[in-house]
Amino acid sequence: MNVAICGYGAGNVRSVEIAFRRLGAEITTDVTAADLAVLPGVGSAAAAMAGLRERGHDAALRERFDAGRPIFGICLGLQLALEWTEEDGGVDGLGLVAGRSARLQEGRVPRMGWAEVDDRGAFYFAHSYAAETPHATAWSEGVVAEARYGSFLGCQFHPEKSGALGALYLEEALSLSRV
Amino acid sequence: MRFKALRDVGDPVELGAAYSDAGADELVFLDIKATLGDRPTLVELVKRVAERLAIPFTVGGGVRSADDAERLLQAGADKVGVNSAALARPELITELAERLGSQAVVVAIDAEGGRVRSHAGTLSVGRDATEWAREAEQLGAGEILLTSIDADGTRDGYDLELTASVAGAVRVPVIASGGAGNAGHIADALAIAQAALLASILHEDPQRLAKLREEVRELGVPVR
Repeated sequence: MNVAICGYGAGNVRSVEIAFRRLGAEITTDVTAADLAVLPGVGSAAAAMAGLRERGHDAALRERFDAGRPIFGICLGLQLALEWTEEDGGVDGLGLVAGRSARLQEGRVPRMGWAEVDDRGAFYFAHSYAAETPHATAWSEGVVAEARYGSFLGCQFHPEKSGALGALYLEEALSLSRV
Repeated sequence: MRFKALRDVGDPVELGAAYSDAGADELVFLDIKATLGDRPTLVELVKRVAERLAIPFTVGGGVRSADDAERLLQAGADKVGVNSAALARPELITELAERLGSQAVVVAIDAEGGRVRSHAGTLSVGRDATEWAREAEQLGAGEILLTSIDADGTRDGYDLELTASVAGAVRVPVIASGGAGNAGHIADALAIAQAALLASILHEDPQRLAKLREEVRELGVPVR
């Protein structure tokens, strides 16, 4: 299994690499050919989209999605797959999945820490914006925690930072791309 | 609701892995003696620790620029802590938030008698801790790591008054630090702050963390 992580020059993508390597995957830079392409969850929307465009990842991801090939988004990576986000004054996303992201209004923002996702257990969150999408498949304290559409799977939490439960989640994401 | 395990001496890699195995929610490394000359050492250390962890990892000590911070993140840290450098140049907080995202920026505040101190508590800054916390939030801090110098190392409980003052003044998460001696103290802190940092009570025995978590859970505090 090889996994391409669509970095855009910012933040910690190393933890995602380490987590997938622990599961036996190999890391590749070829976003088009990889078994699974991962949109990591670091930085802010405007910089991330610019970075994806500069590297041609946006086109590569669109092609993958149209061909039904697996893409996995984490945190900001989930939000970038949607049509638009309120972050950074308003940024167009990749538009793979219907929906948009809006700034969290309630509670402490950024929403940092471990929180229960439905009845699956606790995962680690670190975000100021949340997805609003008809394709949500899991929630955490009223916030969308996961969405699926076509060959895209996205989670708002950081499975690579969510201990043993997170590792199991990543394993499932990997196994989906074996199908 | 979470614990963090802090370590500033010894073999950080093994200790980090031990705390992670014992159920720590997050790990914080503060290199309080950091100098520019130690920067490559810290980056190497971060890489080695990150290899062993699957929980969030905050690193601080001598971070003076967004480039410093970026290097730490690329090495495997999830969040960067700033303290003295932010006091000297508050715009640093905004630079970090713009480059890394607020969720990666922790502003650490050390306070004695409610007043801010810098450089590992050695210098008086002449500012009120709550007021500085408010400004740090405005500038883009994602979290405030609040250490009470008065309580630190006493094992008599966190400084709840200081913590409540800061937690009530900001909308970002606050991490209480300094004074933990037992599960009751931790539970009290978690009623006010969003996280509780443990340091000296774990130094002798990292395994104590697992027992403490259980005790805190028994006190009715949600612990994962």
